[in-house]
Amino acid sequence: MAPAGDRTDGPLVEVMDVHKSFERTEVLRGVSFALNRGETLVIMGGSGSGKTVTLRCVAGLLRPDAGRIRVFGTFIERLSEEELLPIRRRMGYVFQGAALFDSLTVHENVAYPLREHTSLEEEEIKERVRHFLSLVGLTDEVLGLLPGELSGGMRKRVGIARALAVEPEVLLFDEPTAGLDPTNARLVGDLIAQVGTRLCDTAIVLTHDLDLTRAVADRVAILIGGQFAALGDRDEVLEAGHPAVRAFLAGEAH
Amino acid sequence: MDTYLTRTALWYGGVALLTRDVVRNIVLPRKYLALVIREIDLMGNRSLVVALTAALFTGMVFALQTAVNMARFGAETYVGPVAALAILRELGPVLTAILVGGKVASGIAAELGSMKVTEQIDALRTLGVNYIKRLIVPRVLAALVVFPFLTVLADALGVLGGLAIIVLERGADPYAYWNVTTYWVLPRDFLMGVVKSVFFGFIVTLIGCYNGLSTEGGTEGLGRTTTATVVHVTMSVIVSDFFLTKLLLFLLW
Repeated sequence: MAPAGDRTDGPLVEVMDVHKSFERTEVLRGVSFALNRGETLVIMGGSGSGKTVTLRCVAGLLRPDAGRIRVFGTFIERLSEEELLPIRRRMGYVFQGAALFDSLTVHENVAYPLREHTSLEEEEIKERVRHFLSLVGLTDEVLGLLPGELSGGMRKRVGIARALAVEPEVLLFDEPTAGLDPTNARLVGDLIAQVGTRLCDTAIVLTHDLDLTRAVADRVAILIGGQFAALGDRDEVLEAGHPAVRAFLAGEAH
Repeated sequence: MDTYLTRTALWYGGVALLTRDVVRNIVLPRKYLALVIREIDLMGNRSLVVALTAALFTGMVFALQTAVNMARFGAETYVGPVAALAILRELGPVLTAILVGGKVASGIAAELGSMKVTEQIDALRTLGVNYIKRLIVPRVLAALVVFPFLTVLADALGVLGGLAIIVLERGADPYAYWNVTTYWVLPRDFLMGVVKSVFFGFIVTLIGCYNGLSTEGGTEGLGRTTTATVVHVTMSVIVSDFFLTKLLLFLLW
């Protein structure tokens, strides 16, 4: 059952005129968007454009200086850490560096949210961990490995499996293909598209990878200097003649 | 100067806010009790030898110096109680807090700091885990057990070290030494040190946790955090000891 205050008919995530500064640098200068159920929004932008800060605000990891953020129908920007926990449990966050717990094995990493939030028997947890790992294309052989023993691509996939383990309603991907070779990048891109059709159809993806954007986006936003230079349907934005968009795409494509 | 003052104010504010969060989350779910036991085991094992070696040698040197110098006033009979009072009220808890605290707190700061810079703490938060309950409170609770425990052992070893050196070096009668000591030293002298050690355990661990959580700037930042923690812990124990002593003298005589 949806918690009180949940408006299942409205957008799952609404970001309204959000501003955020660090010391004297203004990183976000009025970002607004809405994410509806069943939609994948790709936010494109160069390094330092404020993509990650936007995503961290949505997950409640950062508090905006001004503006409002509504997630699952609840305004989150003034909630305490404790009040944010049940909301975060409904999202899956995939970090750029995977952020796996480095003292725990792959199995323990994916099992972590299950052990924290459910009272499942060990056998069932094992079963589920295997299931989520198979979804991201990993076999039982990696179960006992530590994150340090995995390749970058595998780490990302374990990170996705761990995010899926909370059975999220929204997935948040921070640069899922950054730092990967083209083959692994394509693999992770396919995986995100697959997850979108089979497990969790609502997502925000941050990237500067044009191929990934074409593969997974329903809508695209271009973030330049802390503001959206463009926001709209994928084809409309990618083909648009907006000079800022053209400049960004040309810079990224070559 | 301005930035230094701002940084200092932010640090004190940050430690105060973390204290508030810890107090608010002090009740742990049953499944986290294993974490407290694990931390007690880690902290105790890591610091037992250091704490006890320091206590033994400090007790010996203190008794020796006191004996040699009090002999000048013809008051060598009182070496026992003087050494015991100094060890129980000050040296035991303070030395233990500085030595064990430096070791424990810098370890905690390094551990949490590396979790912070690799976004593992944020990962916990996004998984809907209360990181204060999961990472901070078990360490603080463990310190509340380990610090007094180590202080009691340090007290005992310090007093016995003093006794041994006076008997061996100055040829004192052990029974007489012990009798004079137990005549003058009261339970509240012992209690004062133990109460202090609980307080020291709390602030030392909080400082380690806060410094770890506020680590920034990758590996280099991690190095800075660990070094700064040792200084913060030492200073905070020495300075707070004075105020705590004033307070306890007022409350416990």
